[in-house]
Amino acid sequence: MSDYLIEFNNISKFFGKVIALKDVTMRLKKGEIMCLLGDNGAGKSTLIKTLAGVHKPDEGVIIVEGKKTIFDSPKDALDMGIATVYQDLALVSLMSVTRNFFMGREPMKGPPFFKIFDIDKANKIAAERMGQIGIDVRDPSQAVGTMSGGERQCLAISRAIYFGAKVLVLDEPTSALGVHQASVVLKYIVKAASQGLAVILITHNVHHAYPVGNSFTVLNRGKSLGTYAKSDISREKLLSMMAGGEELNKLEVELKEMDRLSKS
Amino acid sequence: MSTKSKSIKNKTDFNQDERLKKVSKLRLLLNRPELGALGGAILVFIFFGIVAGDTGMFSAYGVLNFLDVSANLGIIAIAAAMLMIGGEFDLSIGSMIGFAGICIAIPAIYWGWPLWMSIIFAFSMAVLVGYFNGILVVRTGLPSFIVTLAMLFILRGVTLALTRLITGRTQVPGLRVLIEDDPLAWIFATDTFKVVFTWLGSMNLIALRTDGTPLATGIPPSVIWFIFLAIISTWILMKTRYGNWIFASGGDKNGANNVGVPVGRVKIGLFIGTAVAATIFATIQVLDAGSADTMRGTLKELEAIAAAVVGGCLLTGGYGSAIGAAFGALIFGTVSMGIFYTDVDTDWFKVFLGAMMLIAVIFNNYIRRKVTESK
Repeated sequence: MSDYLIEFNNISKFFGKVIALKDVTMRLKKGEIMCLLGDNGAGKSTLIKTLAGVHKPDEGVIIVEGKKTIFDSPKDALDMGIATVYQDLALVSLMSVTRNFFMGREPMKGPPFFKIFDIDKANKIAAERMGQIGIDVRDPSQAVGTMSGGERQCLAISRAIYFGAKVLVLDEPTSALGVHQASVVLKYIVKAASQGLAVILITHNVHHAYPVGNSFTVLNRGKSLGTYAKSDISREKLLSMMAGGEELNKLEVELKEMDRLSKS
Repeated sequence: MSTKSKSIKNKTDFNQDERLKKVSKLRLLLNRPELGALGGAILVFIFFGIVAGDTGMFSAYGVLNFLDVSANLGIIAIAAAMLMIGGEFDLSIGSMIGFAGICIAIPAIYWGWPLWMSIIFAFSMAVLVGYFNGILVVRTGLPSFIVTLAMLFILRGVTLALTRLITGRTQVPGLRVLIEDDPLAWIFATDTFKVVFTWLGSMNLIALRTDGTPLATGIPPSVIWFIFLAIISTWILMKTRYGNWIFASGGDKNGANNVGVPVGRVKIGLFIGTAVAATIFATIQVLDAGSADTMRGTLKELEAIAAAVVGGCLLTGGYGSAIGAAFGALIFGTVSMGIFYTDVDTDWFKVFLGAMMLIAVIFNNYIRRKVTESK
C-alpha cells in the first residue's frame, strides 16, 4: 500500500496524430495541494478531463488508494471520490442555493413510490455547510444568481466535499475573481486540504498558486516539466517556466529590433 | 426524539436571523413567478365585475362558460409551461390536438373499435409523438423551436391526408352515440356535481330552462382535468426530485449534466407531457362535439405558450410555474368570453392577447433581473 491517495503514472493521451499529453506523472498524498500550472494549450484541459473520467488515457495507469483503476465515465471517477469542479461550476443561477447544492442528488423522504424531495432537510444542510466555510447564506432559498463569484465557487467546492470527494480537481477556481474574492476561495481550499482532502489546483496564475500549493507541476506542450516541492522552487522560477521565460525574452529582443527598424 | 427537537430549534433560529429583512415576506411573494399572472387575473375580474357585473357573466352558467374555455387552454398551457421551464418549446401541440382527435374518431367509426380502445390508441400515439419530438431535440441538439415547427406541419399534414384517404372527408362525426356505457369515455365527458346544480336549480338560486332543469348542469370535465393537472404539476415541480431536475435542465443544461441530472430523459418526458396534454384536450373536445375535425387545435400551441409566458415562464427556461400558467389561461379564457358581455367589439380580443403578453414579458424580465441581482 503506497502512501499516495492518488497516482497518475506516465499518462499519455493522443487525439489522432496530436499528442495532447505525454508521460505526465502526478502523485498526491492526503492533505496535499498540488498546483498544476501551464499556459494555454499546455494540455491542462485534457489532463482535467482525464482526471474526471471524460477521457480514457491511452498510456499509463491511474492508481487510487493503492488500487489500479480505469475510469469508464465521469461517474466512475466520482464514485472513486474524485470530484471535478469545472469553471462553469455546474450551478444554475436562477435556482436556489439549496436546489443547486443537491441538484441531481436530492435527499428524499416518504414511503417507496411516493418519495418527495426533503426540502427542509436540504435547506438545513445547505445553510449549515455554507456556514462552515464562513459564507452566511441568510436564506438558502435565495437564487444563486444573487451570490458573488467567490461564494459560488465555494458553494461548488463545498457541494463536492459534501458528496464524498477525496480528491478535488479545481479548474481555474480563481480566474474570474477579484483579489479579495480569490483569497476567500484560496483560504477555503487550504482548509479543505487540512481536513484530509487531496487538491489538484489547475491555474495559470502563479500568484494564486504559490501561497497555497505544497507542490507544483508545470505542463508545457503536453509534457510535464517536472514536479517541484515548494522548498525547491521560487515563484519567479515557476513563472518563467510556465510562461516559457525564454519565449518572452525572445519577444523582447524582437520588439527592440522592430523598434530599431522603424526608427531607421 | 432529541435530534428532531434540535432540528426544529435550528430551523426557528435560522428563520429568526436578524439580518433577514422584515419585508422578506413581500419579497418572497415578489420572487414567485406566478405573481404577475395572479395580479392580472384579479385585475381582469375586477374589470369585468364593474363593466359586466349585471349581464349574466357571473351567473352559474356564465362562470362555467368562461371556466370551460380557460380550462381547455389551461390543460395545454400547464404542459407547455413545464416544458418551457425545462428549456424547450413544443409548437406541435395544436397539430397534436387535431391528430389525436382523428386517432380517436377513425378507429371508433370506421374500424369498429370500442371507444375506450380508440382513446387508449390516441394516448399511445401521443406518447410516441412526444418521445419522437424529445429524442430528436436531445439527440440532434437542434433548437426545439425548429424541430417542433417541422412537426407542426408534418402532423397536421398526416392528419389531413390520412383522414381524407380513409374517410374521403376532413371531419368525422357520429361519436356521440358511442359515449354511453363506454368504460373510459366518461372520464373525459361527464359533468360533475350535477346533484348540486339540480338542487341549486330547485331552490331557484340559478337560472333554469323552460322545462325546469338548470341551465348549468354541472362542472364540465375540462375544469376537473385542469385543476387536477395544475395540482399534479405544481407538486412535481416543487416537491419532487424530478421537479428539481426540470428546473436544472432548463436553467443550465451542461451544469445539470455535469452533476448527474439525466437532462435528456427529463426533456423527453416533458415532450411526452405536452403531447399527452394535447390529447386530453382533444379527447374532451371530440367527445363534447361528437365529432373530430382535422383542423382542430390550429394555433393552440401559440395560445398555450402565451398563457405560460403570462404565467411567468421565462422563454430561456429554468424559471416559471405551473400554477402561473393556469392563471394565464384563466386570464385569456375570461377575457375571450367576457368580451361578449361588454359593448366592446370581439375583434379586439387578439389585440388584448398580444398586449397582455408584451406586458408579461417585460414584467418577467424585470423580475428575473431582480431575482439574480448580485449583492
